[in-house]
Amino acid sequence: METLLTVILILLKIVVLLVPLLVGVAYLTFAERKIIGYMQVRLGPNRVGPKGWLQPIADAVKLMFKEIIIPSRANRFLFVLAPMLSFGPAIAAWAVIPFGDGMMISHLDAGLLYLLALTSLGVYGVIIAGWASNSKYAFLGAMRSAAQIVAYEIAMGFALVGVLMAAGSLNLNQIVQAQQGSLLHWFWLPLLPLFVVYFISGVAETNRAPFDVAEGESEIVAGFHVEYSGMAFAVFFLAEYANMILVAALAATLFLGGWLSPFEGIPVLGELFAWVPGALWLVLKIAFMLLFFLWFRATFPRYRYDQIMRLGWKVFIPVTLVWLLVVGLGVLAHVGPWFD
Amino acid sequence: MGFEKFLFYVFSLILVLASVGVITVRNPVRAALFLVLAFFTSAALWLLIEAEFLAITLVLVYVGAVMVLFLFVIMMLDINVAPVQEGFTKYLPFGVAVALIIVVEMGLMVSSSYFGGDRYSLVSHAADYSNTKELGSVLYTFYVYPFEIASVILLVAIIAAISLTMRRREGTKSQNPSRQVRVSRDDRLRIVRMAAEKNK
Repeated sequence: METLLTVILILLKIVVLLVPLLVGVAYLTFAERKIIGYMQVRLGPNRVGPKGWLQPIADAVKLMFKEIIIPSRANRFLFVLAPMLSFGPAIAAWAVIPFGDGMMISHLDAGLLYLLALTSLGVYGVIIAGWASNSKYAFLGAMRSAAQIVAYEIAMGFALVGVLMAAGSLNLNQIVQAQQGSLLHWFWLPLLPLFVVYFISGVAETNRAPFDVAEGESEIVAGFHVEYSGMAFAVFFLAEYANMILVAALAATLFLGGWLSPFEGIPVLGELFAWVPGALWLVLKIAFMLLFFLWFRATFPRYRYDQIMRLGWKVFIPVTLVWLLVVGLGVLAHVGPWFD
Repeated sequence: MGFEKFLFYVFSLILVLASVGVITVRNPVRAALFLVLAFFTSAALWLLIEAEFLAITLVLVYVGAVMVLFLFVIMMLDINVAPVQEGFTKYLPFGVAVALIIVVEMGLMVSSSYFGGDRYSLVSHAADYSNTKELGSVLYTFYVYPFEIASVILLVAIIAAISLTMRRREGTKSQNPSRQVRVSRDDRLRIVRMAAEKNK
């Protein structure tokens, strides 16, 4: 009986987390089209519903009624499995993200490691999709993405090592608590190079512009998901956006103080905004980081492949290694206010 | 205990089936994917004995990195299965002998009094017990020299692997970005003054 109650409680928590997340994913696609539209002096989608607000729903309905075509001589089982493999980890990673003090589904002690492990699983969706489609373009996309993700995961892992050194914990709740104090106590300041490396690696890991060589619609048509249509394509699409939100949420949690209020520690403003729930601050920070994803896409041309590799291996990894040394010295010398 | 036992048998069944899949499936890519499944399920089994740090590291290292590179290579190779299977009957007795020896050795090991299941009873800990911290504190104090030696050996292996595979090829068109950035107008552009030509 008690086990059953626990299971129901956990399921309820998952639903409470997933429904807003999926709505967020749907409206992120809308936000992307609108924001990039305004950046390029266009209006963006504005026909479906007032000011185009029903556009994501129209898109979803359209994709649902489209036929899923499985290419001849493709591996049927893996072909269908691939989108799920890329979507699953993006959702499962949310289990350890705290929305307030202790407001997380799983109080996993090794939360940061869990996140690293899960984000590294997402690449299987891309590789299997590329291989199972029995198509040259898809295969090229899969190869590109595999090499790219392996390269950037190392830099990303090192950046996270810096965070765990500064916080002295792998648990995300404790990492946020270690940043308590004020805006200047957040880890973005002492770990600024790691923050930049982490976020750019996150952009690369999610295959977003300017690192979207796995898709490369102008070179290899659409890369790994060229053979996918209808809902199978939609799941890949959702996975990409869910991963974007995840990377933004992680950046907000690890470097921007998670649920903490940015006005904390400021005399009058701090008390004035004390009533705002922590989850709202987290959502605002996630939205702030997501804007960068869209901004990048509207600004930068796609990287050339060898330059991506150079940036990952020869720039980011040395930068993180040097900064890990700096953080280590800082922790040893108890440099305040972050490392004491 | 009921539910945990049920989970254990489910994961064990998947693990055994996946391992059988690795050696029976003909397509190498599928075999590698079965291996991924096997790693993942053994991580789940480790989670059941509260070794969450090791379980997550297994997924992170083997599933997330090693097998991705493995698949990367296997997918590029166009392995023809037929010649590989030609010598199957020829090597069968040898293979069976090796398998038998391994089974006997494993049997001796597991059934011995040093390695019996009753010697290693499952220790369960409180919810605030940190697996990661315990591992770290043992690894960096009691086992610090073996740990350092292992890391030096790994470093040597890394450098050896790089020096074995690195070769400078002539005629590649790779660019030197710092040289490209340092280029100024005078290096590339020559302004020529010439008289205007009349077009008749």
